[in-house]
Amino acid sequence: MPAVSKGDGMRGLAVFISDIRNCKSKEAEIKRINKELANIRSKFKGDKALDGYSKKKYVCKLLFIFLLGHDIDFGHMEAVNLLSSNRYTEKQIGYLFISVLVNSNSELIRLINNAIKNDLASRNPIFMGLALHCIANVGSREMAEAFAGEIPKILVAGDTMDSVKQSAALCLLRLYRTSPDLVPMGDWTSRVVHLLNDQHLGVVTAATSLITTLAQKNPEEFKTSVSLAVSRLSRIVTSASTDLQDYTYYFVPAPWLSVKLLRLLQCYPPPEDPAVRGRLTECLETILNKAQEPPKSKKVQHSNAKNAVLFEAISLIIHHDSEPNLLVRACNQLGQFLQHRETNLRYLALESMCTLASSEFSHEAVKTHIETVINALKTERDVSVRQRAVDLLYAMCDRSNAQQIVAEMLNYLETADYSIREEIVLKVAILAEKYAVDYTWYVDTILNLIRIAGDYVSEEVWYRVIQIVINRDDVQGYAAKTVFEALQAPACHENLVKVGGYILGEFGNLIAGDPRSSPLIQFNLLHSKFHLCSVPTRALLLSTYIKFVNLFPEIKTTIQDVLRSDSQLKNADVELQQRAVEYLRLSTIASTDILATVLEEMPPFPERESSILAKLKKKKGPSTVTDLEEIKKERSSDMNGSAEPTPVNASNVSTPSPSADLLGLGAVPLTNSAPAPSSSGSLLVDVFSDSSSVAAPLAPGSEDNFASSSDLASSEVVSEEPADAVHDADELIHKFICKNNGVLFENQLLQIGLKSEFRQNLGRMFIFYGNKTSTQFLNFTPTVICSDELQSSLNLQTKPVDPIVDGGAQVQQVVNIECISDFMDAPILNIQFRYGGTLQNLSVKLPITLNKFFQPTEMSSQDFFQRWKQLSSPKQEVQNIFKAKHPMDTEITKAKIIGFGSALLEEVDPNPANFVGAGIIHTKTIQIGCLLRLEPNLQAQCSVLFQMYRLTLRTSKEAVSQRLCELLSEQF
Amino acid sequence: MVRELMQVVLARKPKMCSFLEWRDLKVVYKRYASLYFCCAIEGPDNELLTLELIHRYVELLDKYFGSVCELDIIFNFEKAYFILDEFLMGGEIQDTSKKSVLKAIEQADLLQEEDESPRSVLEEMGLA
Repeated sequence: MPAVSKGDGMRGLAVFISDIRNCKSKEAEIKRINKELANIRSKFKGDKALDGYSKKKYVCKLLFIFLLGHDIDFGHMEAVNLLSSNRYTEKQIGYLFISVLVNSNSELIRLINNAIKNDLASRNPIFMGLALHCIANVGSREMAEAFAGEIPKILVAGDTMDSVKQSAALCLLRLYRTSPDLVPMGDWTSRVVHLLNDQHLGVVTAATSLITTLAQKNPEEFKTSVSLAVSRLSRIVTSASTDLQDYTYYFVPAPWLSVKLLRLLQCYPPPEDPAVRGRLTECLETILNKAQEPPKSKKVQHSNAKNAVLFEAISLIIHHDSEPNLLVRACNQLGQFLQHRETNLRYLALESMCTLASSEFSHEAVKTHIETVINALKTERDVSVRQRAVDLLYAMCDRSNAQQIVAEMLNYLETADYSIREEIVLKVAILAEKYAVDYTWYVDTILNLIRIAGDYVSEEVWYRVIQIVINRDDVQGYAAKTVFEALQAPACHENLVKVGGYILGEFGNLIAGDPRSSPLIQFNLLHSKFHLCSVPTRALLLSTYIKFVNLFPEIKTTIQDVLRSDSQLKNADVELQQRAVEYLRLSTIASTDILATVLEEMPPFPERESSILAKLKKKKGPSTVTDLEEIKKERSSDMNGSAEPTPVNASNVSTPSPSADLLGLGAVPLTNSAPAPSSSGSLLVDVFSDSSSVAAPLAPGSEDNFASSSDLASSEVVSEEPADAVHDADELIHKFICKNNGVLFENQLLQIGLKSEFRQNLGRMFIFYGNKTSTQFLNFTPTVICSDELQSSLNLQTKPVDPIVDGGAQVQQVVNIECISDFMDAPILNIQFRYGGTLQNLSVKLPITLNKFFQPTEMSSQDFFQRWKQLSSPKQEVQNIFKAKHPMDTEITKAKIIGFGSALLEEVDPNPANFVGAGIIHTKTIQIGCLLRLEPNLQAQCSVLFQMYRLTLRTSKEAVSQRLCELLSEQF
Repeated sequence: MVRELMQVVLARKPKMCSFLEWRDLKVVYKRYASLYFCCAIEGPDNELLTLELIHRYVELLDKYFGSVCELDIIFNFEKAYFILDEFLMGGEIQDTSKKSVLKAIEQADLLQEEDESPRSVLEEMGLA
């Protein structure tokens, strides 16, 4: 055996290390280190040239100091010098220092690359190995640029030693991971595939890793690897444990290689060739059979290695999802593990079973283990394992066992670890909704949730329960009764007060007949909680009170007294004060009719995907929830399916404004942890501010600062003629490229305001027509016109509006928008009406532009440039260089890019003055990924006249790049 | 990162499972007397085999140093690195055969020997 004594080469280092170890205190250690650093520094700076040995010793000391957690800011140059040494140990230490300490952006990279190049060319396998290790450990872009072309040659060259081949394969893999665009595919790929047949199992192992990663991105190119992998695997699993000599690990033949081959096969669907497929099935059966055999060794290493292969085989079975027989066997095997005494195995079994639950073949088989899993939830001592049990329960839940599972989860929630409570809450909320057969159960469940874990109930959850109660009139009475009872608990969670306030405000009348919950009692109950609540909740309660004024005229004076009290009217919080003042005023001056209209019951919400699900996805990452989500879609005859989407009645004054939409179109920010409190009250604010706009016509958008008055003045006065002049065509549209609300058009007679919202390929636009005169408009007919070309790509639906618009009044029209495919032009809004005997006719373009269907995409710098490179064909890129129309202001520019719809990616462009963005245009037929980059010309900043921008758009579709570039260029 | 992980891992009790989710990675750890070995892996990687990978590395250290202990690793930290480099590369296993890895290290040590014999002579001369 090689003795350790060889390490004695550097006595100085050993002395230093023991000194450090002998230090009694942290201070002494730091002192010793500083002394050594000073010594090394003076040695490096000294006039006397150091010999290689001393350099090696000092570099090694620096490395040790670094590993102790101290910063090292010198010595890099000396380490680089060591690289060119011919002595192996010096070179080795040099490479080690660089691998550990040099970050990938270091300026030394050029020098390092040079040394590596020499070593690669040296044909000395050991030197080549060191160089390859260094490339793989640093893995920077510069290194990829320098060597990505070279390494494949080394890899497939006939005379390369096995050990170098292994290193080359893994080194290439590393470079491909960091800079895939720099690794050229070519002839070598087919030769790499044949390495699967290599005699040397180490080479096969390394090659399999490489091929797996490459095949994920280029499946076609590596298709032939499937049959080779299957035959290799088959040879391994059928071999006797002694056949593979040192590659047998505790009686398990080549476990690492087996797992890697199984992973490679997971890049592909089941093999089409029946012979290959049969052979693979045999392999998988053999692996499953072996699990039943008595262990060949009692060592944990034996069982771990064996089970590792087994779990990977099960993953492949689940991935193929095509052999019911294998799936059920896999499930039974995992079922055994669920009760195994090894915690690791229980954990993994729960995890694998989770994926198994989503297969139609094995869902039922998984369900048979429900008692075991529930038991795991109760008895496991490790939170990671319990977490897996929760996941599995969630995955195996369906209509037949939902009540049981939800009950168990609620039960567990009382004692659950804080770290996973929020997730459980979301899961319970989703399951309760998805599998609710009767809504009373649903309401009970959610209220229980709030009771047990109120702090972890995010806004999405209680928004959702309100949405459902409002949309289902059969549950409203029950909901009102239940929240009323729940509120009677002496201490109840603020979220319950919110739900209670909202529901009683809407449906308190349904239980008011019962003397135990008379209007006054309801009010007093809510008001008793008022002082304990945060501002947003108080704001919500104030809205409840004004709703009570309408529902229960008999307690109007009591409520007015409360609103009038100093603590409300003079509240330090502006929002509360304003509500108190406005509500008080509203209750005093408005007639019962107006009150009834303004405070009418909320209309049903449009049906859409639960935002709770979205939140869970966000928490867990998309992959874990998608399967379920699809199942949900299949089975969604439940709550969502049965309630028909109800069109929002445009003339109803209490129509929620777009931003009041609770769960829908992204109005609710899906923050990760506790959402900002200020947003929680917003839903009611918006509802009410919208209805109060009845009294103040032409309100929408008037506060919008973007619609500068000069723009408005420039548009022509009145089009007296019945001519079809399109007003200021694109000028008007450009104001709306980066925003959704504002005044679209205004002249002496008419003001047109817009509010719009978009999500994916759908959108809705509210158009407000305000009559500025005191005379009625007659025959008022707005029409939205799409050119033939536009009609095929944009589907617009509008409802006719009342043909008479009174003087000073405002009417609203809703346009529902669906984007079918990408489009260029904007639709035209034509308005005709009679004013004092003259026919007025005007047309404006409606700002429905392609960028409205943007969804922002966040990505890292690396991803961004990778995609940027992928979209480099001349047709995909459109560039425009233009003069700045506005002063260059970074913050405004950023706001505009975000308003444009793309994500603003910070710290992506190496030049901090540049702006880059990314997003996806959603249309019904295709989705188009877009990248953009805006480069201000800073040199020209001295004179406003010469400020220039260069805007570059890259998308997968030329016309889209063109259009987006046009639209955005106008904004700066 | 190391410090944060240290606290998480040290807080775990012996009967707990050897895997824990940490940010978007999984940490697989194993304890050998007072030494903890940790590996961070990605979602689809095989946990059990990672555990054995740790074990194999410890076996390698053990073989090389002859019943390895903490001090061996501290005083010969560079050797521990070299062995790791021979065994793993860029996060992927290079060779699972104990023999191949040790052979590579032995070869390197032989080179070192050749290097060093003239060196110590020179040193003695320098000292003298």
